[in-house]
Amino acid sequence: MEGKNGFVKMGKTFVSYNNILGSLGFDSETVVENISKGISGLAKFDDASLLPEPFCASMISSEVIKSEFNKIGDTSKYTKLEQMLILSLKKVIDAADIQLNEKVGLIISTTKGNIDVLEKGNNFLESRAYLSELGKTIKLFFGFKNEAIILSNACVSGILAISAAKRFISEGKYDHVFITSGDLVTKFILSGFNSFQALSAEPCKPYDKNRVGINLGEVAASSLVTSSEENLPKEAVEILGDATCNDANHISGPSRTGEGLFRSVNAVLKEANLNAKEIDYISAHGTATPFNDEMEAIAFSRLKMENVPLNSLKGYFGHTLGASGLLETIVGMHSMKKNILFSSKGFAELGVSKNINIIKTNTPKTLNTFLKTASGFGGCNTAVIFGKINN
Amino acid sequence: MVSLNGNVLFSEVPITIGTEDFSTFIKNAYKFLQTDYSKFFKMDNLSKLAFLAADVLLKKENLNEEEEENNIALIFSNKASSLDTDRKHQAAIENDAEYFPSPAVFVYTLPNICLGEISIKHRLYSENSFFIFDRFNAEHLQLYANSLLRSGKAEKVLCGWVDLDENSYEAFLYLVEKDGEIEHKTEEITRLYNIL
Repeated sequence: MEGKNGFVKMGKTFVSYNNILGSLGFDSETVVENISKGISGLAKFDDASLLPEPFCASMISSEVIKSEFNKIGDTSKYTKLEQMLILSLKKVIDAADIQLNEKVGLIISTTKGNIDVLEKGNNFLESRAYLSELGKTIKLFFGFKNEAIILSNACVSGILAISAAKRFISEGKYDHVFITSGDLVTKFILSGFNSFQALSAEPCKPYDKNRVGINLGEVAASSLVTSSEENLPKEAVEILGDATCNDANHISGPSRTGEGLFRSVNAVLKEANLNAKEIDYISAHGTATPFNDEMEAIAFSRLKMENVPLNSLKGYFGHTLGASGLLETIVGMHSMKKNILFSSKGFAELGVSKNINIIKTNTPKTLNTFLKTASGFGGCNTAVIFGKINN
Repeated sequence: MVSLNGNVLFSEVPITIGTEDFSTFIKNAYKFLQTDYSKFFKMDNLSKLAFLAADVLLKKENLNEEEEENNIALIFSNKASSLDTDRKHQAAIENDAEYFPSPAVFVYTLPNICLGEISIKHRLYSENSFFIFDRFNAEHLQLYANSLLRSGKAEKVLCGWVDLDENSYEAFLYLVEKDGEIEHKTEEITRLYNIL
């Protein structure tokens, strides 16, 4: 179709090849296999250089990353985060086998990027803290023709990146967009969340009666978003709708009525032309803070989605910030391919005021659609619905 | 200096674009624009800059925020992200002897917080995205705004560039809607950015 502003594509958009690089493994299949066995990447740490008190997090050893990266590049020239993003994205680019021409875009999703270079004694120049520098580094490593687009929208960044990729494709700018996302567990982030008294010293318990707060996690997750129906892997999904809504309520606390989440899910259902009962599974945000989980329960109750099976994957990875939305989408894709609902790790007894359907044990179920949601500081909420591709 | 549609609304003396001390500039601009909003003083510098720039444009829209909702999306971008506040948080945790991170500072270590501040003031339950580019990137803002308008996800889109780093600061915002006098084209946006 020819739009007023030039060529506009109205075709389908898919999330295709993907990679997760984290404490549960260096590829999506291994990570998903570990989740299916109920294994968590969370561990307790007592490292005063990161936080004055013990904490629980999901982390990847810099030495392990370096030994992997050594096979493809010079570890002295790239920060830990850059090494993680490049290792993750390389697997997706290699699998996709697409020529990186003018019609191929690059989106990087991160909240803090190389923020650790601000620390005294860090070997890298402070200029590496600029996210556009991170973009240039990734672009140059692979030889992308287009400048990297960096999305930094708090905890919805990873899922919003999929939405943004779809929008740039529908405007005819790109045929394919590679997304890579990641954040580190740094002194910067730990001290900040700790100042909010938001950290749990034990593995987090999303939606549980005894939940006390979040764990942080570091991961790199990458995927290809494409308009092409050819050469899709078995776990590929179609993007059926996407929406973002602000709570217009508070910058650091979620709305008591779940307003933004409620509105974003309503909008995405409308775009996908589905009703609430036609969603087979919800991959929710579930950070395990008292306020966030309660807000989600209220929103899903208002949406009449109390019976839809729901999990939070934070019990496996912690909160991986700018990567979480993409990471959890990728797990959802594999969950849908396997037709299995993964248990919401850390959950035992309902601790929110609405009777939502938390997945307690791995359960086989035919899955054709799933909803991914995320909410973050600044009052932002993003919802995307994915559909199985029936060949 | 603060200008609207090319007309200077407010300027410090002497008139030298972008060289005024930020805290003096923003305080005087706030007073001049008669923006009576107590939460303004709790904001970090990036949010103050974005908030006031948005207020100049949204005031002109005469929004009735009490009674009706306005579906105005916010698509902002910059180069320095929230580094101005990031450096403050880093300074508060750098030395073990003076370790004192503050949640009131930490919350602003995300660039999209300014979008939240604008949304709260103007009751915007709408789409918002914050992009980081090496320099003002009219093309991607134009594409994104078009996508939101065409798909009906927004009635209007407030787009632009809000950058604050050390002693330099710059805000360039524009409102896009389906009908108007200036065509929403990358070349035109870039031209306006360069002359203002």
